[in-house]
Parts: sequence; structure tokens; C-alpha cells
Amino acid sequence: MNIHEYQAKELMQKFGVATPPGAVAGTPEEAEAVARSLQASDLVIKAQIHAGGRGKGTFKNGFKGGVKLVKTPGEIRDLAAKMLGQTLVTAQTGEAGKLVGKVMIAVAKDPVRELYFAIVLDREAQAPVIIASTKGGMNIEDVAHETPELILRMKIDPALGLQPYEARKLADYLGLKGVFFKPACAIFQALYNLFIATDCSLVEINPLVTTAQNEVLALDAKFNFDDNALYRHPDILAYRDITEEDPREVEASRFGLNYIGLDGNIACLVNGAGLAMSTMDIIQYAGGKPANFLDVGGGATEQQVTEAFKILVSDGNVKAILVNIFGGIMKCDTIAQGIINAVKAVSLPVPLVVRLEGTNVAAGRKLLQESNLPIIAADDLLDAARKVVAAVKK
Amino acid sequence: MSILVDKNTRLLVQGITGKAGAFHATQCMEYGTNVVAGVTPGRGGEIFGDEVPVFDTVSEARAKTGCNATMIFVPAPGAADAILEAADAGIELIVCITEGIPVIDMMRAKVGLRDKKARLIGPNCPGIITPGQCKIGIMPGYIHKPGKVGVVSRSGTLTYEAVWQLTSRGLGQSTCIGIGGDPINGTSHIDAVRMFNEDPGTEAIILIGEIGGTGEEDAAAYIQVHVKKPVAAFIAGATAPPGRRMGHAGAIVSGGKGTAAGKIAALEAAGVAIARTLAEMADAMIRKMK
Repeated sequence: MNIHEYQAKELMQKFGVATPPGAVAGTPEEAEAVARSLQASDLVIKAQIHAGGRGKGTFKNGFKGGVKLVKTPGEIRDLAAKMLGQTLVTAQTGEAGKLVGKVMIAVAKDPVRELYFAIVLDREAQAPVIIASTKGGMNIEDVAHETPELILRMKIDPALGLQPYEARKLADYLGLKGVFFKPACAIFQALYNLFIATDCSLVEINPLVTTAQNEVLALDAKFNFDDNALYRHPDILAYRDITEEDPREVEASRFGLNYIGLDGNIACLVNGAGLAMSTMDIIQYAGGKPANFLDVGGGATEQQVTEAFKILVSDGNVKAILVNIFGGIMKCDTIAQGIINAVKAVSLPVPLVVRLEGTNVAAGRKLLQESNLPIIAADDLLDAARKVVAAVKK
Repeated sequence: MSILVDKNTRLLVQGITGKAGAFHATQCMEYGTNVVAGVTPGRGGEIFGDEVPVFDTVSEARAKTGCNATMIFVPAPGAADAILEAADAGIELIVCITEGIPVIDMMRAKVGLRDKKARLIGPNCPGIITPGQCKIGIMPGYIHKPGKVGVVSRSGTLTYEAVWQLTSRGLGQSTCIGIGGDPINGTSHIDAVRMFNEDPGTEAIILIGEIGGTGEEDAAAYIQVHVKKPVAAFIAGATAPPGRRMGHAGAIVSGGKGTAAGKIAALEAAGVAIARTLAEMADAMIRKMK
């Protein structure tokens, strides 16, 4: 799960991670009030969306730039009025852009040095890994590509956590000496504590900066949280912004369905993630373009199948549907009845190819045949894929 | 022959009194697995299904029944703890079915397992089965047939597809091991391949993988050097968009790494026969066995 920059700032403030003072606003008046409270002569206002590239983005109302530096609270109010309720298009949002519901106002800091600091749960290392580089303020993947020797990877033992000597090593590596030494160690420790306490999968500070006032600050922060752990962090879950997510994916999750929208025109409905991925793959192999990934789970109740169909047919791009179910504990006749009832409930507008296999498969196939619904049956997966691709071409 | 489980396995079910635990314990017993005990803290003293004693702790279950394997159906918040409890009690094989365990919990559990003799399979896995002898998990038993092909997979229903194809073509299985869909788990592809390679009863190996991580690549490197038995593979997720978690917590292409294409290339370089689609998994195995 992702969160907004202003929420990341709140979290960092809570864990004592040094970051420029700032707060969120939902109206121009609130924005001005925040700006006044900061009592600073250099301010920054930033549109809050779950995407990068805001500074170079353009609003659909023509206004340019989702990040602005100004001197007075009055200017903050005017800029907030231009951003709030508008759609910002950046290199990362796609042409549709994202609606700006909030802005964040903070004290603007003039960085002296820009560094990179991240903590990631590394699956190869099976441990948290700290990634640090003196090349901050740029795309770390470019750095990894061009100058990999300028990146330090430090594996942290999950049983021990970040030890003070390891924080000192990091400060040393990044050249944070003299007055910067202690604040650097403090910020690394605070970020690590935040990472573990909130079940993060990623914390990325880019840039981590030093200032002329001898500060070490997290100027920007990106957090990602382990979805499996959200049950034990209701405060983090409260940060979820549904408007930033694909509405079909949100709808699907309500019914325990796992749905990911793609840009093709052949929808699929499958039980099991590996089988669902393979079904998308074989659609492509047969010359088609999958419209989605959809895993109804090992259970696949009739209600879930019905809700899944509704979501699939709500996608205007979908020209045909392929259902692939392997009934293990679930019986094929139960699935077949579920499909029949679902088809009747949504009055299917596009061709449907069904391939069933597993427990009670003969009974299941018979039910589909006798339903007199326009369901195209297929015995094996390649046959099913070819049939659904052909159905689109008609 | 087989790896890890056979007719001598004595199975404990942790979470036996819960809905999923009870259902699947019964299914395993019907298959012929020797279920000797259950554990649900606070329910010790009960009898499950007329014959299986329930205990409060794994230690007590071990002492009283000599169980040497466990199947864990404990919900995600308590599952890592259940794994550690089983390891602490000296259980040799831990099969954790539970999906949704926080990654940090699994990271810590792996640390806790370091000096224990237990082998962990999973979590978020369908389990392990030696056809005709012992089923520990949620797979439908009837699709399997005793034989000589070792099956290792991250997936559930995709594995059943493969097994169904193999059985239909007359190719029985020595043992089928589902390592699960999580990014941090107890047994990886290379571990299973090594065990199959050393098992005299396994004559061929089929490996089913998916996007995310480097498990398949690590197995490929091992196969290249050590495995003379025929190996076939299928990798799911060629069409998965980068950066998205495709159902399984571990099925994600991250920073350009963990792609299906990369895994296929590594396996092909190691001489593994690749099934281009899931419809051809048994074909690829048969081809390589000739």
C-alpha cells in the first residue's frame, strides 16, 4: 500500500525523523493558515498525488508545475486555489492524470548536499537491506546502471536490528562528518525504527539533504507497506486513498477477488494466482491480449463468480471472456452452476469460453451444455485460448 | 520412493479445530495420511474426529504421540509463532499452509529456525504429497498417481494442472512439493531439486515457477552442474505487468528483476526443457525423458 507525501511526513514526525516542518491542507484558506503557522520566509507547496514527476507536470487547467517555491502565505493561498480540485498530469500518471485533493505546505530548504538513503526488505538476503549513495536527487536506477560503485548495500540482521556502529559506518560512507555526524546517525536509526515498527516493505528518502543550518533532513519520502501486515496497523490502513486506486480493483477486493486491470480485450477468470497468470500468458500465446488478471481464490463461491463477472463486463474494452477453473476441493458442477447463475444475473454481452477440469468435471460440462446459454465449451487450455481469440475476431 | 513424506509420517495438525484445519485434516485422513494429533491452544483434551487427540502445545503432542511432521492452519497473525513452536518442539517437517503472514514475521521466523533441525515448507503453499502414501496439504489427492516424476511448484491450482496432465499421460509422481507463493519461505526450488536429484525413486523432475525473486535461476545454476536426470519447467507470468503483485505476495517483477523471460533463459541454458504454455507441461517432461 502506498501513502501520500503529507502522510509520510506525519509518520516521520511521529518517529522523530528530521524533516522540514509542514502540514496538509484541503482548501486555499487552510493552506494559508498552515503557511502562516510555519513562520518561514521560504515556503514550498506540493500537490499530493501517488506519483512522481510533479514538479514538471501540467494541470489540465493549463497551470504548470505541481511543486512551487514562494515567499508569502498569500501566494500559497493563490497557488492552492490553482491546484486543489484540478487534475495533474506527470510523466508517471499517464494521460489521465490524477485529481489533486490535497496540497502540502512546508518550509523550503536549500540543500547543500543531496544523498540517497533507502531501506528495503530484500528477499534474496531475507533481511532488511539499507541502500545508500552520495548520488541523491536523481533516479537511483540510473545510478545503479551507470555508477554502481557509488551505491552501498548494507544487510541488517533481522534479529539484531540496525546497530549504532552500523549507523556510524553509513554516516562515514556518505561523508557526513563533523556537525553532521550525530544528526545522520539519529536519522538512520529513526528511519529504521519506523521501517520495522510499521511493517514497511520500502522506505526511500531521495534526497536526504544537508543544509547550511547544519541539519540532516529527509526532504522527500516514499513509503510502501506490506499488505499482509496492514491488519495490525489500523492507523496506516486509515491512510489508504481509494481514489488513487483502480475502482475495479477496489471493487474486486471487496469480494475477496484479486483483480489487476491490463489493457487488452480478453478478460479471464481463474482460480489460483499461478493458474491465472498462466491463463493470461496462453491468451497472448494464442494471439490475443489479456484484459486483466483475476484470481477468484481456491474457494470460488457462486457469489464471487457473479461479482467477478460483473466487474469483467463493466470494462468496455472486454470483447470476450475466458473462464478457466481447476476444481480440486471445489467441484466442477458447483462451479458450473455458479457460472450459469452469474451469466443469467449479468446478462452477458460478450462471448464466453469456459474450460473446466478436475473434480466432477463430467457433471460440470453437462450442466453447461444443458443450460442453453451461449457458453462455448473447451476441453484443453490451448483450445480454449484459441476459441476465445477467434470469438473476439468475429 | 519419495522425499520428506511417506507412509511412516506421523502428522500433527496445528489449528485442527478451526474450519480450514478441521476440513483438511479430515481430507488428509481420508487419503490415508496418519494424522496422530492436533494442537489448538486452550482446546487440549478434546478428541477430533473420534480418534485424534487435541493438545494445548506442540511439545505435549510430540511427547505423547511422536508426531514428526506438522500441517499448520493457524491464521496469519499467529502462524509464524506456530512455525517457531513446532521447530522448538523438535518437529522435523513443518508445512505451513497459511497465506498472508507479514514478511517481517517470516524474516524473524527464519532466524528462529537457524539452529533447529526442522525443514519448513511454505508458507502460503498447498503442501506436499507422496502419492499413495501421505498427503500433507490441500491438494486433491485423487489426481495424483504414484510414480517417478518429482514435482516442485510455487503455485496451487497450476500444480494440479501439471499433475493432472502427468497422471493422464501415465506419468506418476514420486513426491509433489508446493513451496508456496511468498517471497520468504522455508524451501526453495533449489532445495527441492537437490532432494529429488538425490532420491533414487525420482527419475525426472518438473519445475513450475513464476515471476519474482531468483529461486528458479538459482535452481538452474544447480541443475547445470549437478543434475543428470531429465528436467522440464514452466514459468508463469510472461504477460504480468512490472511492479504489480500478481496474487502471490512473491509474484512481482521488481526493478527489472524476476521476469519470466529471465527465468526461462536461465533454465534453458541449464538444459531444461521448457513448456511454452501451461497446456504443454507434460509434453515437455515426456520430450525430455526420451
